Amino acid sequence: MKKTDVQVCVVRAGGTNCDGETKRAFQDLGVNAEIVHINRLIKRRNLSEYDVLVFPGGFSFGDYVRAGAILAKAFSAKLGKELERFTDKGKPILGVCNGFQILVEAGLLPGFSGISEVPEAALATNFPIGFRCRWIHLRHENSGRCIFTNKIPEGETLRMPIAHGEGRFMFPKEKEKKFLDKLLENDQLVFRYCMETGKPAGESYPANPNGSFYDIAGICNPEGTVFGLMPHPERAYYGWQLPDWTRFERLPKFGDGRLIFESVIEYITTKL
Amino acid sequence: MIQSRYVKKKVPFELYEITLLDADDEQLLQISEEMGLALNLEEMKATRRYFAEKGRNPTDVELQTLGQTWSEHCFHKTFKGTILTHEGKKINSLIKTYIAKATLELNKPWCISVFEDNAGIISFEGDIAIAVKVETHNHPSAVEPFGGAATGTGGVIRDVLGVWADPIACTDVLGFGPLDYDFSKLPPGVKHPRYVYRGVVAGIGHYGNNMGIPTVNGAIFFDESYTGNVVVYCGCIGTLPIKKYIKNAKPGHCLVLAGGRTGRDGIHGVTFASLELTEKSEEVSRPAVQIANPIEEEKLKRAIITIRDFELASSITDLGGGGLSSAVGETAHRFQCGALVELEKVPLKYPHIPPWEIYISESQERMLITVPSENLEKVLQIFESEDVEATPIGRLTPEPLLKIKYHDIPVAELDMGFLFSPPKFRGTAEWKPPEHVEPKLGEPRNLKSVLLRILASPNVASKEAVIRTYDHEVKGNTVLKPLCGKNDGPSDAAVLKPLDSSWKGLVISSGMNPQYGKIDPYWMAASAIDEAIRNNVAVGGRRIALLDNFVWGSPEKPDRLGSLVRACEACYEFSKGFEAPFISGKDSLYNESPLGPVTPTLLITAVGIVPDIRKVVTMDLKTSGDLLYLVGRTYLELGGSEYFRLHGALGRSVPRVRLEDAKNAMKAITNAIDAGYVKACHDLSEGGLAVAAAEMAFSGDRGIDLWLSNVPRTDYVQTDAQILFSESNSRFLVEVPKTVQADFEEATKGVVVSLIGEVKKERSFSVYGLNGKKVMEAGLNELMKAWKSTFRM
Repeated sequence: MKKTDVQVCVVRAGGTNCDGETKRAFQDLGVNAEIVHINRLIKRRNLSEYDVLVFPGGFSFGDYVRAGAILAKAFSAKLGKELERFTDKGKPILGVCNGFQILVEAGLLPGFSGISEVPEAALATNFPIGFRCRWIHLRHENSGRCIFTNKIPEGETLRMPIAHGEGRFMFPKEKEKKFLDKLLENDQLVFRYCMETGKPAGESYPANPNGSFYDIAGICNPEGTVFGLMPHPERAYYGWQLPDWTRFERLPKFGDGRLIFESVIEYITTKL
Repeated sequence: MIQSRYVKKKVPFELYEITLLDADDEQLLQISEEMGLALNLEEMKATRRYFAEKGRNPTDVELQTLGQTWSEHCFHKTFKGTILTHEGKKINSLIKTYIAKATLELNKPWCISVFEDNAGIISFEGDIAIAVKVETHNHPSAVEPFGGAATGTGGVIRDVLGVWADPIACTDVLGFGPLDYDFSKLPPGVKHPRYVYRGVVAGIGHYGNNMGIPTVNGAIFFDESYTGNVVVYCGCIGTLPIKKYIKNAKPGHCLVLAGGRTGRDGIHGVTFASLELTEKSEEVSRPAVQIANPIEEEKLKRAIITIRDFELASSITDLGGGGLSSAVGETAHRFQCGALVELEKVPLKYPHIPPWEIYISESQERMLITVPSENLEKVLQIFESEDVEATPIGRLTPEPLLKIKYHDIPVAELDMGFLFSPPKFRGTAEWKPPEHVEPKLGEPRNLKSVLLRILASPNVASKEAVIRTYDHEVKGNTVLKPLCGKNDGPSDAAVLKPLDSSWKGLVISSGMNPQYGKIDPYWMAASAIDEAIRNNVAVGGRRIALLDNFVWGSPEKPDRLGSLVRACEACYEFSKGFEAPFISGKDSLYNESPLGPVTPTLLITAVGIVPDIRKVVTMDLKTSGDLLYLVGRTYLELGGSEYFRLHGALGRSVPRVRLEDAKNAMKAITNAIDAGYVKACHDLSEGGLAVAAAEMAFSGDRGIDLWLSNVPRTDYVQTDAQILFSESNSRFLVEVPKTVQADFEEATKGVVVSLIGEVKKERSFSVYGLNGKKVMEAGLNELMKAWKSTFRM
């Protein structure tokens, strides 16, 4: 598929608020991106016309009940069939921050055996408690399954910002070990919070900013086509977005987040 | 309660006639108080006169409408009124005489709309303009900190939406009582500063974060007087294509109310804000605080921006203080129309709200737009597509009359002319210089421990624990964040890159120092203006516009009004002098509590531009071997300083502003930054040179050698401590690479500037005193630790 034919759907509902910069990141790389309200998607039933589906950050429907829960249910209830067809075709779905919460609530992630009826994981209230906005380090742990990080070498350390109050990734306690093994076995683990040096955060604050189990910051489904992460790659797209860009001898052109957008576009243009 | 004066009308809903015509003066005041009108005797008498001419008594809806429209909060009576000073000078309107006068005389072509709309508007790049507004929300935050602060943020965002601008950033400056305030000293009705602090910070974060607007700039001050009078300033900046800035409402256009439903929350918010806080405020005024729903406003914003882009409406305003009463009245007044409102059409949260409450309720997340009837359907569709409720509730009419009906029964009819000409405020002002004395302090034996204590003092210490709870990078356009460098140093200003198609940046900074106002409000205002501008200049900002926000005590007391006049005089003088026009402002008066009046506090917000964000300079030191220059002269000005405060003193040598020197210093900094000679730049403020240098060092993780004997100073400055801790204005500490030393010196020729130190490899902070000997040696870690440990994350 040619770049100029690629259509990205950045879906929004009341309370979504990172749609603009997410759309900008895709457009900057030469593909078409459109912000679409869920009401319009439901009315037109045209999800299949898009090649990538993105759930951007924000507080969809005020994050009442649980973060992402309402939009996830709304999407599954009204567009469940379309969503299933979309994933079955191997079309990529990205969820950033609130989007990650939505994908987990909708049962798309971790999605050990397809879309699950009830969530298999959760993004719980941060520990220590509270909303936090800061830059963190991530270690890329994926060995090639995730189509969103193909351009990032395994073991690479990246920098991106987080901004959330509910990002503590967790599995049900009794299945923690089993699910983690599965995650690793299927090569579904994508990003872990780490120290500046790349060493694991060891589930300790502040390197692990929210108390996530196993320092998990982002995972994909077994097929590698659905990907969710708490950090914001769209806020680490340009060099001038870095928190310390004035310390570089020359202003870096881009930030690490760009690699994620490049990877998925490469996948679509070469594989689909 | 003088029951006989409230006569229930024979209608199937709650409507009262108030028998005003035969009421005597005492009864007039009693009515004003009982109905929560906050109107004074003169205003009540004017009301009685008006209805006597009409030959009938007013309804509750009419009196409440007058109470709202004529409130200090809505009409700014004090700033528009006549003031007699004790020297016999008569000031006709503080705004016209001082604040707006500078703007008028400067006559800058880039000022598009000033002191006119909900927000000030200035040009930015091509067709795109910037709208800015800063509000206060003190009274509600004192009663209910979370709700008060959240709705303060929501309200100022709507002010920006109210000029068709898309909000892109928020600012907030807060003032609290000491967090370790003795519980046993709290009078009834006053909440503990720690409780207020937590609630206010959470409220601001809740609204901004949920709406997806980055909070990019702010400050927190602590002052004993803020214990009873919390200070909450909320600011918002937006962008708009100037040709979409439409205001041509005409008779016949529909009044469309959009957004949240109307309830009993926020009744009498503005009249409450125009009274002093008392022990009973909690009980009486709790309903005056509104309930915040940022998601509703997020949806509303989307719809409004779409309607703007399609140019479907003829005017817009937000519903803030006074609710519908002020939004409808002001819209009609502005376009020289009247209005007809059908109150039963207003969507309610629950039934059985009497008409007067519907009309003045301050329920949040509501906007009023006027729409030509041919566009009505389209407009309603747009709101519906965003899941926002919108309802036509009336229309503008040709005759200058405000008519309000409820289920076809008239409940109010007021002449627009009368509604918008309340009796003029008349006040007397008297300012006497307070008799403070300069403390006689010996030279401290241990300068390091003084510096460590100042770094840890609440007004100087890192506010990271608060800043991190606000999303400051949503929208992905924050170029310079509130914290910068390797170790999260304090940025002087925030820089945004609002447009994808341009490198031009928007620079936002602030200046405030209530401590100086205790000595002289004139120099406090001058210092705040200087500080806001120099913060802006320090990162590369220029072409600066200012906003003023006064938080003062009751203007009915001559000393409070006297200090207000003095601050206004400085505003004119220095706005004009710096060629930085005021474009918008807001005052909050009557900040008095059982603990006394608020310390007069003026916040100056500065909005500048930087032609290319890639040239922006941060305050963290970059490279060892670079040189440190101090720009500006140090005077013996420790009055109101952190150094004196540490010694329990205030002093009287308040920092002044020498206009010509200040302007030259700033011009030189701008030139040097543009030429690329500056690696780091930091303004000197609270804590003076010592604090600025220490912050630059640990933020950049680079050591410093400082030579105090090289610091440019007046003869009165004779000790190391004076040089280190004087808070003289208009000074900058600048890092310059040796390779451009000559160029930098050439660029700053004619300005007071001196090479006072060097960046070094060792991670230590060394100060050499006037005698040439080392007088301080501190590790970067201990400095940073002192600065970071006061407010824990």
